Amino acid sequence: MYKTPAIVLRSRKIGDTDKVLTLYAANLGKIEAVAKGVRKAKSRLAGHVEPMTHATFMLAKGKSLDVVTQVETIEPFAALRDDLDRLSRAVYVCELLDRFVEPHADNFGLYRLLLATLRRIAEREDVDTPVRFFEMALLDALGYRPELEECVACRTKLAPVLNYWTAAGGGVVCPACRRDEMAVRPISANAVKLLRLHLHGRFSDVSRVRVDAELALELERALGEYVRWVLERDVRSAAFIDAVRRRRGVAHGIEPRDVGYTGAATAANAED
Amino acid sequence: MNEQLGAAPAPVTRLIEEFHRLPGIGPKSAQRLTYHLLRVPHGDAVALAQAIIELKERTVLCSVCQNVTEDDPCAICRDDRRDRAVICVVEEPLDILAVERTRGFHGLYHVLHGVISPMEGIGPEDLKVNELLARVRGGAVQEVIMATNPNLEGEATAMYASRLLTPLGVRVTRLARGLPMGSDLEYADDVTLSRAIENRQDV
Repeated sequence: MYKTPAIVLRSRKIGDTDKVLTLYAANLGKIEAVAKGVRKAKSRLAGHVEPMTHATFMLAKGKSLDVVTQVETIEPFAALRDDLDRLSRAVYVCELLDRFVEPHADNFGLYRLLLATLRRIAEREDVDTPVRFFEMALLDALGYRPELEECVACRTKLAPVLNYWTAAGGGVVCPACRRDEMAVRPISANAVKLLRLHLHGRFSDVSRVRVDAELALELERALGEYVRWVLERDVRSAAFIDAVRRRRGVAHGIEPRDVGYTGAATAANAED
Repeated sequence: MNEQLGAAPAPVTRLIEEFHRLPGIGPKSAQRLTYHLLRVPHGDAVALAQAIIELKERTVLCSVCQNVTEDDPCAICRDDRRDRAVICVVEEPLDILAVERTRGFHGLYHVLHGVISPMEGIGPEDLKVNELLARVRGGAVQEVIMATNPNLEGEATAMYASRLLTPLGVRVTRLARGLPMGSDLEYADDVTLSRAIENRQDV
């Protein structure tokens, strides 16, 4: 029997009334645990084990999976659940962490990063900047820091011009080294500068920068493409963010998912 | 296939495999069910087989509410006594039975056949959302009650549907969240309890 604070990353149904939770625990990293009976209306645990809940878990060692015996919520993050924009970003962040880390690799820094990110998404007007900051911090923490100072091919210092972003190359390639067969997307000098700030700055620095929609989209696509390249798969909840964005009062009819420079993205996938 | 000496005859293994594919049936239960059927009278086994065939051949989805039915439109959608101004939206056909048991709802239903689940990659395009919008655009509807489950996926679905429906000039409501009968206040989670306080009622 042990006790740990943890954040619920996701849950999946199992059996008639149980759920298997994926938790990110403070000093244990990613773990799975069974919450029994939580799909019954009178379950004592049910309200404490929804995704994105920050809670103290009492867990009993089980044969294969540990079993949740008690939970007490620390932060329910109700604000994340009441708003589709916040909810979609929070789910994406949880999915990203779940996909990036292996079970039982403890990393207290990531636990704190996740908590801070969820709080920012819950409280801030701009729900996307916390997500970008999280993506960069996660990539950096797990050894996928993108190259933002030198061209990944010729290693010369990047000039403040229109350069190219290459997910496969792990950073920025200069116009001289760029080849037609490379899967690249143009990246502005401002976007590279802002990415550097995401990498080296604190969130308070990043959040003070006024970013227009175009620049924000540039960052989202560059980081998103890199994340997909590292994971070698799509992040499913990214499609939900797109759907939520399109549905700001518009009539229904799902268009194909906008992945930006589709040519580059598919070429990157084809290389895997 | 692992054809071992003394293994069960092919028809037996085949049925075990079929049962095993059903939700909640493990290998042991599949074996038990199969050997049980070997022992029952011939007529009982045929009746079961026939029931499965009829299930598939004699049911359709109601073209109005998407519920499972023998006749299209279904009995509820055809019933003149039901209030056509209110639609109760549920995730699964079984949820209709739960709401009907209350005898407290006299409107019509709409079955989504699932729920938005961002991490599973299940989006609104996989649900019967367009059919719901078409019904609301039809005009007679004044209120849509979102009766999806009070969990992350159900909430996401309710909020998403509300974003689509509200511009059509219809009232969108959500089932109240509060304390279950017979439960204990000290074990209530914060979200449920705060909702219960917000939505308190005069005694």
